[in-house]
Amino acid sequence: MSLERSDVEKIAHLARIAIDEDKVESYAADLSKILGLVAQMDAVDTEGVVPMAHPLHMSQRLRADKVTESDNREKFQRIAPQTEAGLYLVPKVIE
Amino acid sequence: MQWEIVIGLEVHSQLATQSKIFSGAATAFGAEPNSQACGVDLGLPGVLPVLNREVVTMAVQFGTAIDAELGFRSVFARKNYFYPDLPKGYQISQFELPIVGRGDVDIELEDGTIKRVGVTRAHLEEDAGKSLHEDFQGCTGVDLNRAGTPLLEIVSEPDMRSAKEAVAYARKIHQIVQYLGICDGNMQEGSFRCDANVSVRPVGQAEFGTRAEIKNLNSFRFLEKAINYEVERQVDVIEGGGKVVQETRLYDADKDETRSMRSKEEANDYRYFPDPDLLPVEFDQAFVDEVTKDLPEMPDAKRQRLIEQYGLKVAEAVTLISSRALADYYEAAAESAGDAKLAANWVLGDLSGAMNKNNIAISAVPVSPAMLGGMIQRIIDNTISGKIAKQVFEAMWLGEGDADAIIEAKGLKQITDTGAIEKIVDEVIAANPSQAEQFRAGKEKMLGFFVGQVMKQSKGKANPQQVNALLRSKLS
Repeated sequence: MSLERSDVEKIAHLARIAIDEDKVESYAADLSKILGLVAQMDAVDTEGVVPMAHPLHMSQRLRADKVTESDNREKFQRIAPQTEAGLYLVPKVIE
Repeated sequence: MQWEIVIGLEVHSQLATQSKIFSGAATAFGAEPNSQACGVDLGLPGVLPVLNREVVTMAVQFGTAIDAELGFRSVFARKNYFYPDLPKGYQISQFELPIVGRGDVDIELEDGTIKRVGVTRAHLEEDAGKSLHEDFQGCTGVDLNRAGTPLLEIVSEPDMRSAKEAVAYARKIHQIVQYLGICDGNMQEGSFRCDANVSVRPVGQAEFGTRAEIKNLNSFRFLEKAINYEVERQVDVIEGGGKVVQETRLYDADKDETRSMRSKEEANDYRYFPDPDLLPVEFDQAFVDEVTKDLPEMPDAKRQRLIEQYGLKVAEAVTLISSRALADYYEAAAESAGDAKLAANWVLGDLSGAMNKNNIAISAVPVSPAMLGGMIQRIIDNTISGKIAKQVFEAMWLGEGDADAIIEAKGLKQITDTGAIEKIVDEVIAANPSQAEQFRAGKEKMLGFFVGQVMKQSKGKANPQQVNALLRSKLS
């Protein structure tokens, strides 16, 4: 499987990564090689193998439903670029 | 052409925990902006999510209640998209292995038939924060108090064939989560939200049409209206020679219309993958047994029991079980009154009327079930008539005490002394000779006039049966 320019551009857009126009071709080639490796692995017979969700063979630890955090808004907002009335301000989002 | 409507619902049910799904921040509604958003909720570096045991318990309880397959091993996944109220750039959700698998709920259609609707799955996920688009220095304001609030997203099969069926299903899920006590069901506060997937196809066609997903449905009424609007829109598009586009649409209640939000095609590319910060969630049958051993009676079972145990009509039982609190109130009142039928009449009549009029919930009703039961006892033992009881009920509602105290204080005790009633009857007949003549001449209706006059003279306190009997014997 090989990726087109447009695939690379789409992936970059979805990840909000800025890429140089002249590097798109080489990215497409590199990513295609990775997919090639995946295709090779895909050929292995994995019948009966449970897909791995996590490299550690453990299950999730659960915590009690208790409020343990206090209000630290002031501290958190000290490092925010812009706040008002307790809100974090971000560039206008229009839907 | 005849069109068939196909609807599937996604219900986001906010789980009623104290703390968030992956952090120890509080979940209380209406707090100061960002006062309940900790480092985990803000997506700050160096933090790790730790799963709240209670959400696993609640999901298992829900799964058990709808007789679903349980995910004894479920996996959290990252759903990637960018939006300012999602600080991490991904929502932690479940994708391939949800905690609740295939289940069923039964809904009752308008003609009384029962329809089974499939639940595809229910998975745990975190809620996002809230964006406030009012003008803040030309910016959008973000409140992350809601970020990380636990949600159980309940996804149905595309089994519903009308807006009414969709509403019946949504109401049923609403009832189940409230009965279980895992969600407060408050739609105004967003604790229970619905998205509807709607498509149409020619009757008889096997494959589904292209669907649109309608968001922002925060009441059952809007759910119904939005679906009806959307169906009409899609039929118009197709009949006009066009094609329905797969997209997300927003329901605008003010204009009663849906409008395109964004093309789902791109937005849908969420690139899910297992969240490396969280291990698979595993539990065994012993855990399931432990958390489901004290499950409350569910709506369907309660309905059946009320009908059998108290001899109620189906419609009465259906209304009484609409909430667990109302059903509990009814049962306590029936027990205290010693007459299940009368208790049902009062709960569904004057009590429900007063609740509607004053816009209060059953939990805030000022008349306790024991007070209502005590009043009904006074009707049964003939201390007061049903009519006087309405006065007593109103006084109890206004906090003037229990029925006995009110009857005593207001002198409402029914007059059953035959001598006293006879005296009034004689006076009334003497004062209305021409009406008496008419009755004797065969005008049966006149009896009503005399009963009215006697009740008026006795201030409504004369026993109606005795009044009737005495009038008949005196007038003949």
